[in-house]
Amino acid sequence: MTEPVVEAIDIVKWLGKGAAQVQALKGISLALRGGELTLLMGPSGSGKTTLLSILGCMLTPTGGTVRMRGRLTEGAGPEELAKLRREHVGFVFQSYHLFPTLTATDNVRLALDVRGENSARAIAKSKDALAMVGLAGKVNAFPLELSGGEQQRVAIARAIVGEPSAVLADEPTASLDGESGNAIMTLLAEIARDSSRGVLVVAHDPRILRFADRVVHIEDGCIIREERGDAALKKDQGECAAHDHDDKPDRVEN
Amino acid sequence: MSLIYRLASRNLLHDRLRFIATVIGIVFSVVLVTVQLGLYLGFGRIVTTMIDHASADLWIMPRGTKCFEDPSTLDERTRFQALSIDGVTQAAPVVIGYADWRLPAGGTFPVFIVASDLREGGLLPWNLVEGSVEALAIPGAVAVDRSYFDRLGINGIGANAEIRGQKVEVRAVTNGIRSFTTTPYVFTTLDRGRAFTGTPANKVTYFLVRVSPGADVESVRRRLAANLSDVDVLTSAEFRDRSRSFWLFGTGAGFALFAGALLGMIVGTVIVAQTLYSSTKDHINEFATLRAIGCSRLYIHKVIVCQALISAVLGFCFAAGVGLLVVAATADTALPVVMTPALTVVLFALTLLMCVISAVAAIVQVTRIDPVMVFTR
Repeated sequence: MTEPVVEAIDIVKWLGKGAAQVQALKGISLALRGGELTLLMGPSGSGKTTLLSILGCMLTPTGGTVRMRGRLTEGAGPEELAKLRREHVGFVFQSYHLFPTLTATDNVRLALDVRGENSARAIAKSKDALAMVGLAGKVNAFPLELSGGEQQRVAIARAIVGEPSAVLADEPTASLDGESGNAIMTLLAEIARDSSRGVLVVAHDPRILRFADRVVHIEDGCIIREERGDAALKKDQGECAAHDHDDKPDRVEN
Repeated sequence: MSLIYRLASRNLLHDRLRFIATVIGIVFSVVLVTVQLGLYLGFGRIVTTMIDHASADLWIMPRGTKCFEDPSTLDERTRFQALSIDGVTQAAPVVIGYADWRLPAGGTFPVFIVASDLREGGLLPWNLVEGSVEALAIPGAVAVDRSYFDRLGINGIGANAEIRGQKVEVRAVTNGIRSFTTTPYVFTTLDRGRAFTGTPANKVTYFLVRVSPGADVESVRRRLAANLSDVDVLTSAEFRDRSRSFWLFGTGAGFALFAGALLGMIVGTVIVAQTLYSSTKDHINEFATLRAIGCSRLYIHKVIVCQALISAVLGFCFAAGVGLLVVAATADTALPVVMTPALTVVLFALTLLMCVISAVAAIVQVTRIDPVMVFTR
C-alpha cells in the first residue's frame, strides 16, 4: 500500500467559545492515498468541511495530528501552514472563488505566482492546465464570460497547476447542473489516476458515488462507515430501487 | 506584468468612482502640502533677499540683532576699529529703518529705507530697469521697485514725493525687489538714509566687511569678534540663518506653515486609508482565497501596498501639475510659492509615505483573515 499523501490521526476539533462551543470532530482518523478519489459524505453539520479544512492545513486541530507528505504539522504557525498549502494542496470550492477581474490564465497563474514562480513559465503552465481541463479556447476569458461548469474547470486548473499532493474539493458540483457536475467529477476522477496525488471530495449528492474509489461516511463528528466506491454505489442503487418500490401507490380497489 | 500589480490596479479600478475620489483627495492633500512647504521656502528666501544681494564676506551688527530688519545701531567708530584688523579691506556702512512716504495725493505709506555709501557699495539696488545707481548721488534721489508704484502713488522715473519732510525724486527703478512685509524698500545714500530714518550722523546699522583676497574669512571673523565690543560678527550664511530662523520660528510663521503641511498629510492619509480599507473589505473574499491557496501574508501586503503606491503616483502627477500652476500664479507676488527639484523629490517621497501609511489599516484587516471563510461564502 502506498504512503498516504495526507493523513489525519485521532483528530478532535472544538469550534466556538464558551457555552456555544461544539465538538465538530470526535477523534477521526483518515488517510488520503495517491491514485485514489475519496468521497467524504455526510449530512450538514457532520464535520465534513471541518475535516477537509484540517486535512488542507487551513485549520489546526484541537487534538490529534496531521501528517502532510510525512511531515507533522503540529506546532506549525500560520505562515508555515500557508507554505504547506501552496506546496502540497490544491483546493476546489463550491462557489469557485475565482478573481472576477483576472482572466482564466491569470486565475490559474495565481497558484504559481504565490509560490514565486517565474512569470513566463507560470503562464505556459497555466495555459497547459487550462487545456487539460478542456478550456484551451478560453484562456483569455474572464470568469463572468464563462458558464458555472467552465468556472469550476478553471478552479480545478488552479488547484492542479502546482502539481499538489492532495486535491481537496468542497462540494464541487453543488452549484452545477447534473451534466456539468458529471463532467467535473469525471475530471477529478482523471486527476486522481495520478498515483502521486490523492483527491478528496466532500459531497452530499449520491449520484457522484460512481466516481469514488472509496467512500467515507461521517456523522456527528465521527466516521461511521468506510467502504469501496463500487460497494457504496451498489448499496445506493439497491436502496433507490427499494425506495422506488415503496413509493408505488397502493392500488385502490373499488 | 506582475500579478501583484495587476491585482492591485484592478482592485482599484473595480470601483472607478471611489478611485477617482481617492485620487482627487490625494491631489488636494499634496497641493496643500506643496503650497505650505513652497511658501515656507519662498518665505525663507524672501526674508533674506537683502543679505543674499549684499556684497559682504562678513556682517558687523549690534549684539543680539535678530534679523536684517532689526534697526539697532552701531557707533561709526567701530568701522575704524574693524579696518585696523588684519585681513579687512573694506567695512561699508549701511543704515536701515522705517520711514513714512508722503503720497503725492496726500496721506502717508510706510517704507523701509536701505541706505549705503555709493562709493563703498554695501547694499545697493539691483535688477535696475530704469535709471542707474550713480543717479542716486543726485540730491533727493531714491530707487524704488516698480511693483510698488501704485502703493507709493507714483508712476516711474522723475516722480516726486516726501520722506520725513524731505523732498525725494525717483531716479532709479528696480524690478522684483519685494518685501514680505509689504513695506516697499527705498534705496538711497547713507546721509539721506540717516535723515529719513532719524539715525544720528555717527550711527549705522551694519558694516559690510570685505576681506582681503586670500584671507581666511573665519579667521578674520574671529579677530573682529575678539577686538570689537558689543557686536556680533557673522558670515552672510550665518546672518541668513539667523534672520530666517527669527522670521520663521521666532514669529511662529514657520510653525503655522508646517502645521498646514502636516494637516494636509493627515487629510491625505485619512482619505487614502479609508479607500484602501473599504476596497480591501470589498475584496475580502479574494484575499481569503489567496490565503486559502497558500499565499503568504507578505504577498497580500504587497498587493495592498501596490494599490497605495498606484494611488500615490497618480495623485502626485496631477498634484504636481496643479502645483506648477500655483507656482506660476504666485511668482510675481510678495510671497511666492517656491518649487525646487529637492522639494519635488521630498513631496513625492511624502506622498508615497502618506499612501503606504494609509495601507496599514487595510493590512491589519487582511492579516486577520481566516482562510476557512472561503467555505462559508
